[in-house]
Amino acid sequence: MVFEAPKISYNGVIKEIPLGKDANRITVGGETSYPFYLFEGEMPHRPVIAMDVYDAPPEDWPEAVVEPFSDVINDPAAWAQKCVSVYGAEMVALQLASTDPNAQNASAEQAVEVTKKVAAAVEVPVLVWGSGNVEKDTEVLKMVAEACAEESLILGPVEEDSHKALGAAAIAYKHAIAASSPIDINLAKQLNILLGNLGVPDEGIVVDPTVAGLGYGLEYCYSVMERDRMAALTQEDERLQFPVVCNLAKEVWKVKEARLSTEQAPLLGDPLKRGVLLEAMTALLLLLAGGDILIMRHPKAIQLVRGFVTDLMAN
Amino acid sequence: MALTGIQIYKLLPKTNCGECGVPTCLAFAMNLAAGKAELAACPYVTEESKAELADASAPPIRIVEIGTGERKFKMGGETVLFRHEKTFLHPTGIGVVVTDEMADDDVAGRLERFKTLEYERVGLTLKADLVAVKSLSGDAGKFAALATRVKNETEGGIILMTEDATVMEAGLKACGDCKPLMYAATKENADAMSGVAKEHGCALTVKGDGLDDVSELTTRLTAAGLNDLVIDSGARAPRKVFEDQIFIRRAALLKKNKALGFPTICLPCEMTDDLMKETLLASMCIAKYGGIVLLSDLQGHSLFPLLLARMNIYTDPQRPMATSPGIYEIGGPTENSPVLVTSNFSLTYFIVSGEIETSRVPAWLIIVDTEGLSVLTAWAAGKFVGDVVGMAIKKCGIGDKINHRKVVIPGYAAAILGDLEEELGSDWEVLVGPRESAHIPAYLKEWKA
Ligand code: B12
Ligand code: SF4
Repeated sequence: MVFEAPKISYNGVIKEIPLGKDANRITVGGETSYPFYLFEGEMPHRPVIAMDVYDAPPEDWPEAVVEPFSDVINDPAAWAQKCVSVYGAEMVALQLASTDPNAQNASAEQAVEVTKKVAAAVEVPVLVWGSGNVEKDTEVLKMVAEACAEESLILGPVEEDSHKALGAAAIAYKHAIAASSPIDINLAKQLNILLGNLGVPDEGIVVDPTVAGLGYGLEYCYSVMERDRMAALTQEDERLQFPVVCNLAKEVWKVKEARLSTEQAPLLGDPLKRGVLLEAMTALLLLLAGGDILIMRHPKAIQLVRGFVTDLMAN
Repeated sequence: MALTGIQIYKLLPKTNCGECGVPTCLAFAMNLAAGKAELAACPYVTEESKAELADASAPPIRIVEIGTGERKFKMGGETVLFRHEKTFLHPTGIGVVVTDEMADDDVAGRLERFKTLEYERVGLTLKADLVAVKSLSGDAGKFAALATRVKNETEGGIILMTEDATVMEAGLKACGDCKPLMYAATKENADAMSGVAKEHGCALTVKGDGLDDVSELTTRLTAAGLNDLVIDSGARAPRKVFEDQIFIRRAALLKKNKALGFPTICLPCEMTDDLMKETLLASMCIAKYGGIVLLSDLQGHSLFPLLLARMNIYTDPQRPMATSPGIYEIGGPTENSPVLVTSNFSLTYFIVSGEIETSRVPAWLIIVDTEGLSVLTAWAAGKFVGDVVGMAIKKCGIGDKINHRKVVIPGYAAAILGDLEEELGSDWEVLVGPRESAHIPAYLKEWKA
């Protein structure tokens, strides 16, 4: 009995977005089918993993994920270098967490200084991520954009309320941006339209649909991303045809179950392996839903996810 | 898929005798189409029509049951390709394999973990569902002994794994009354297995070498009268497994391909030797349509994430899980105990009440009706704002239960402070608690009435 493969056809393509500078530029996107549906389309570029680097030593990370970085945790530039040279990071995600007005409230000048050091320390593309406080991010990322002109950074999160200031800064100083909207396909589309109207070139946009960790709201993000891809690829929704970035590690490692010791939770097994799987599984599900850039943390989780991508793209 | 009332009407006797309880055949047809009547109520419908109606109303993917009683496990019946389109119906079964060549300790450990690794979450109990008993030795006696042991020591569903019909028969003698799933019929043994399956009334897995082969086998077995089938496409390379799972689901739903209209089983345990990788691949199989995933082992650190993945993929995307609003007493609070407020999203309630318990400080927890939205989402949607929260606090009657007038709000909702103070009036003092619930225990230990 001959089985006829039930393939579907697509009428849209995800845009190819170049990131980083000169010889070290990498490209993301370009998919012509649902994620990894390679029997009926192409993924010309492997999804990439950007490794977390924090601008100040994180205070609330569980031991399991501090350990790989304990020798560099006070020095973001050395940290970034370690990610690249030891763990093979294809990108670095510099998290300006200390600029959060509810935390240390570090100044924009301090953020600029750290960013410059990190950008100088590595050749891979650098994503610079604000604290999530929209007013502060506007101030900080604007100054970073200017001070690091020519560095071809990726700046995020750029939200509706900050898109004018940050969009203009990205255009002026030639950076890409991560357009961020709260788990809503219409809001994502709307922001991309606004950015287009402002004159931000398509090649300078990736989309951050907002993600949550496994067991903590991931299901919503998964479905929004699936719908996003569906609209982009089968309904010719041009303003959704952008690669997607998922800032996932910070969501995973903050949850209770990623932090409990074996004594506190004997039924949850080994804390290191548990944390690694929580991170890797969150990443895997987001990849299946359409993630192009994954911001991750634990080297073991990254290794597992890389292996998975290789498996799914193997001939 | 389902027939319309008119289509059904054409298949009825059209005599309007009224014995079905409604005056006309047409009225009966309409009720049938709406699912408000059973075909059996009409004594005159022909066998032919019955078959046609049954065929047309059968779900595109058959629902297959394993086991009996309380822990009966159901798979199949899915109607969509993407969870946002409707909901994935029957959560993927998670199973662990024990073999008749495993050391006794290894079997005991697996069965023990199967039984004890269970987790309460948002009012649900998350745990593995199935134990697969696998024959490696080919010895019928050993197989039967292991099947008996699993039957006696666990309550989950059972899968019997052998391609030798004689060995299978022995296994079924040991635990056939538990209605295990048989694994597997192949091209070589299909006739013998089909006989055994019929005799014991058990569902049978079809293991093919690709989907051509599977289709041929399922067609042969359904022709022989077996309808409760499960598919193993035979693929073990992750990319191929992924592809086959998608093709099977699509063939059943988009092409109405009956030969593939059955739930599937995936074997991450045969895809790699590394439990971490295996578990990760199992999560792929959960996201992409696997009816059962079989693992070589279950450990707390591997099973727990996998159970979360399954819960996330299978929750109803239309309706957030919600807890009823009101006052919750945690740890026997008194009139001097602290009062905290939060949203009625089940997950939020589950996390916050868990942390209050951890603190061992008895407390009152007020759940505000936010239509199932989390604190931050509800705040952004205008459902966890000063006047709403204030009204909820005043109306719930907490004032009569306490001597003080202090209420703790979530740190992420600090912005509602002013409005809430205004709504509550000057008797009340509103305290902004920590943002992350993990800091609640430390906070409560410091709290003073
Ligand atoms: C899943 C999700 C959704 C889901 C809803 C899920 C649900 N049932 O609530 C959907 C997709 C529907 C959704 C919609 C929206 N969302 Co939303 N959503 C999220 C997401 C990804 C996770 C939320 C979650 O489930 N958290 C887990 C629960 C447990 O958290 P929680 O309730 O806040 O509880 C924690 C703490 O607050 C604390 N806590 C809770 N109670 C208490 C009590 C006390 C006393 C204390 C001390 C502590 C405490 O403990 C918990 C654990 O630490 C977040 C982003 C993120 N990664 O967090 C955005 C987020 C909350 N959403 C956001 C927004 C803006 C929206 C929308 C308004 C977007 C829109 N315009 O459409 C809508 C509003 C909904 C509507 N109009 O119907 C924003 C809010 C921004 C802000 N700061 O105001 C966020 C932060 C995303 C972002 N970064 O922009 N969302
Ligand atoms: S019992 Fe059958 S034949 Fe009689 S009215 Fe009902 S549907 Fe028609």
